[in-house]
Amino acid sequence: MAKTFLSGLFGRKKPEEARTDEPAPAEAEAPPPATAPEKRGIFARLRDGLSKSSKKLSEGVASIFARRRLDDETLEELEDLLVSADLGVAAAARTTAALARDRFDKEVSEQEVKEALADVIAASLAPFEKPLVVDRARRPHVTLVAGVNGAGKTTTIGKLAAKFRAEGLSVMLAAGDTFRAAAIEQLQIWGERTGAPVVARAVGADAAGLAFDALKRAQAEGTDVLIIDTAGRLQNRRELMDELAKVVRVLRKLDPDAPHDSLLVLDATVGQNALNQVEVFREVAGVTGLVMTKLDGTAKGGVLVALADKFALPVHFIGVGEGVDDLQPFSARAFARALVGLDQDDETKGEAA
Amino acid sequence: MFDSLSERLGSIFERLRGRGALEEKDVAEALREVRVALLEADVALPVAKDFIARVKERAIGQEVLRSVAPGQQVVKIVHDALVETLGGAGQDAALDLAMAPPAPILMVGLQGSGKTTTTAKLALRLEKREKKRVLMASLDVRRPAAQEQLRILGEQAGVKTLPVVAGQTPLDIARRALEAARLSGFDVVLLDTAGRLSIDEQLMAEVADIHALARPIETLLVVDALTGQDAVNTAEKFKARLPVTGVILTRMDGDARGGAALSMRAVTGAPVKFVGVGEKLDALDAFDAKRMAGRILGMGDIVSLVEKAAEDLDLEKARRQAKKLAKGAFDLDDLAEQFRQMRKMGGMGAILGLMPGMGKMKKMVDAAGGFDDREIKRQEAIISSMTKAERRKPAILNARRKIRIAKGSGTSVQEVNKLLKAHRQMADMMKKMGKGGMKGLAGQMMGMGGLGGALGGTPGVGDPGALLKQAGGGEAQGSDEIDFDALEKALSGRGPMPPGLGGPPGRKK
Ligand SMILES: Nc1nc2c(ncn2[C@@H]2O[C@H](COP(=O)(O)OP(=O)(O)OP(=O)(O)O)[C@@H](O)[C@H]2O)c(=O)[nH]1
Ligand SMILES: Nc1nc2c(ncn2[C@@H]2O[C@H](COP(=O)(O)OP(=O)(O)OP(=O)(O)O)[C@@H](O)[C@H]2O)c(=O)[nH]1
Ligand SMILES: [Mg+2]
Ligand SMILES: [Mg+2]
Repeated sequence: MAKTFLSGLFGRKKPEEARTDEPAPAEAEAPPPATAPEKRGIFARLRDGLSKSSKKLSEGVASIFARRRLDDETLEELEDLLVSADLGVAAAARTTAALARDRFDKEVSEQEVKEALADVIAASLAPFEKPLVVDRARRPHVTLVAGVNGAGKTTTIGKLAAKFRAEGLSVMLAAGDTFRAAAIEQLQIWGERTGAPVVARAVGADAAGLAFDALKRAQAEGTDVLIIDTAGRLQNRRELMDELAKVVRVLRKLDPDAPHDSLLVLDATVGQNALNQVEVFREVAGVTGLVMTKLDGTAKGGVLVALADKFALPVHFIGVGEGVDDLQPFSARAFARALVGLDQDDETKGEAA
Repeated sequence: MFDSLSERLGSIFERLRGRGALEEKDVAEALREVRVALLEADVALPVAKDFIARVKERAIGQEVLRSVAPGQQVVKIVHDALVETLGGAGQDAALDLAMAPPAPILMVGLQGSGKTTTTAKLALRLEKREKKRVLMASLDVRRPAAQEQLRILGEQAGVKTLPVVAGQTPLDIARRALEAARLSGFDVVLLDTAGRLSIDEQLMAEVADIHALARPIETLLVVDALTGQDAVNTAEKFKARLPVTGVILTRMDGDARGGAALSMRAVTGAPVKFVGVGEKLDALDAFDAKRMAGRILGMGDIVSLVEKAAEDLDLEKARRQAKKLAKGAFDLDDLAEQFRQMRKMGGMGAILGLMPGMGKMKKMVDAAGGFDDREIKRQEAIISSMTKAERRKPAILNARRKIRIAKGSGTSVQEVNKLLKAHRQMADMMKKMGKGGMKGLAGQMMGMGGLGGALGGTPGVGDPGALLKQAGGGEAQGSDEIDFDALEKALSGRGPMPPGLGGPPGRKK
């Protein structure tokens, strides 16, 4: 019912904008991750992941602005929508406040408000859109990968290894998860897939010792990049965090600057707990950058906005599937536009609305 | 982030205090804070809204209590409604296995939510507690080494797994598992599946097919307790494709407030049956709606503090003890009394969780391994194996006496020594505190913190002063004396919480 009302109000809409109003079930456009190895453009893939997930959000935006102008009540509803995207109460309030600053009480179209919302979010994320730079002078450039259980660390390492290999770098992987069942085997399979040797020890071995060995070997062999997998750990488990700190300490015995990158992997489904995660992992493992996985699902990952505000850490990559190619550089603009349900190519035609 | 709802509600309580009934305006104001608390706990927005609307209706008007402050009453109403929504106190943990064996159980969920680990935990639980013969099978042919993972977990748990045959489809494997379970007389067959996105049509169809084939008696949705707003999407979409019979919430050992529990329950209508509380295979607990409610509100369950404390805490004793402590006299009888109170209040963990503003401290204690009530009982046993003279004057304990005590309490001399050391540390501390003017329950809290640290042998937590300081309550020492009469009133449910307990003492604005 809202839909007819809406198309009446936004009758000027171009066909591609109208897509957000289609009642088509989101499932229909989900590419099965296993069968999506063919190369597509960055934006297409990102959008595939994000636009599905933001369908609800954009429908919500549409239904609000079918009804009224940008007044307090409308802003409150917009804030709700951002909360639903996991921005958290505070970041959602800041975002809508920024939107209100110059548009309060104006009649706004759906497209305008989406654009404006995306702009606000993109602006807050833009400073953190930084690629992961491998220093080729280092042999190896050491990247430590940490995060809570099941976040997608090992898979991300597999994807990173493939990316670096494709850039012509030699890569070595260290199976630092010596705890979880079949964690070593899992990384070994990724090693085989990507042509990266895997340094491993027996289950239950000391992770720091393993990391030390791996770095020593990578130094001896002149490997370009060493990526160290670690066991999943919840940030409130002190003894496990101590273990992670020890990995860092031990690496520094061989290379005082190591790890050169310390990546924290976040699952896009995560809620406000991500704030605790970043805080503690940063303290313990000197996190230098974030990776957000599973953005191909329904989760929006809006907590990144709150994280950017609070910690100012670069976001290097996003994961958009389980396959080896499903890793994208983070783009603040693409992320923001997809979050509010805008197509990437709309940005040039947007002013029509 | 706010530590506790009570912190948020503090000022509202102040204003509400002393008024006769809950008026709409007061309730609305309090509930706005509750709403934010729920959202910060990651309760999905539509679920939070629904919930608030229901509570509002209930709070305004008829259900007016005379005996407590209106603010406390709102909290109690919120809390009770939350418990109710979460599924009522203490129920539903049992799996339904009432069918001709083998009973199939299907495990589903998003990638990395903890299905495989939880499969093994459940299998272990069924074998151990319910003496069932369990077969596990991994239908995950996608994630690298997934089948190997379940095989290893099976070995660790001593639970049989279906031998892996390369190249089979998940449906093939399911069929083979059911067949094998039937032929070999297993009671239960647990089917672990690959993680899948709820919008991945191909994989959702696949799991629906598996369900149609296996006709599981339980279909359990495994969800990460760290999940945010997406919980509703996942719940809705899985529910739409599968008749979900139960939810298991993993990673409850983390410090997430776990609002996903409420979202899941509200959307699927299915009970949360278990919670995963660690990576080890015995780290699976029955779901406890009451505990969950307290955690989601993050408010230190004021209600049960009021209820419980009124029943359990012998105030006269506490008062006498506080006086004694302030003088610096602290013998093993006092220590035994501390133990007794700790146990009565439901253990140290419970007490810390109950104290408004102590959430952070509890977190730290938990992080350090937590308090173990059985441990407390052992300590009590040691003390009760001593003579009166020994309890008064532990200095007279020589090796011979210690051996006797160890024997009498079924412990070791080492443990006796550990206890004595803990006591010495505490007595020292009490002396110092006595000079500083620290009294009352806060003093006891400090003592307990120190005790826990000493017993747990965890460095860092052993220093109660540091502990309290880190917990944001450092200023409690010396300056912020606790008003014992106010406390007494509050604990017996006759008055509002005294200022020192309304929130973390150091954070009063
Ligand atoms: N859909 C989707 N799935 C992903 C993505 N990244 C990882 N996964 C899946 O998430 C699950 C967990 O990934 P892992 O790489 O094993 O996670 P981890 O952090 O190493 O887990 P632990 O080592 O157990 O803590 C696997 O099923 C992966 O295939 C992603 O970007 N999208
Ligand atoms: N701390 C903690 N970790 C858990 C819990 N349950 C599972 N894990 C960990 O979470 C990670 C993922 O668990 P898995 O059992 O592999 O998850 P899954 O759902 O089978 O993953 P996929 O098959 O890839 O979809 C592992 O590191 C587990 O050890 C829990 O209750 N607490
Ligand atoms: Mg891993
Ligand atoms: Mg699995």
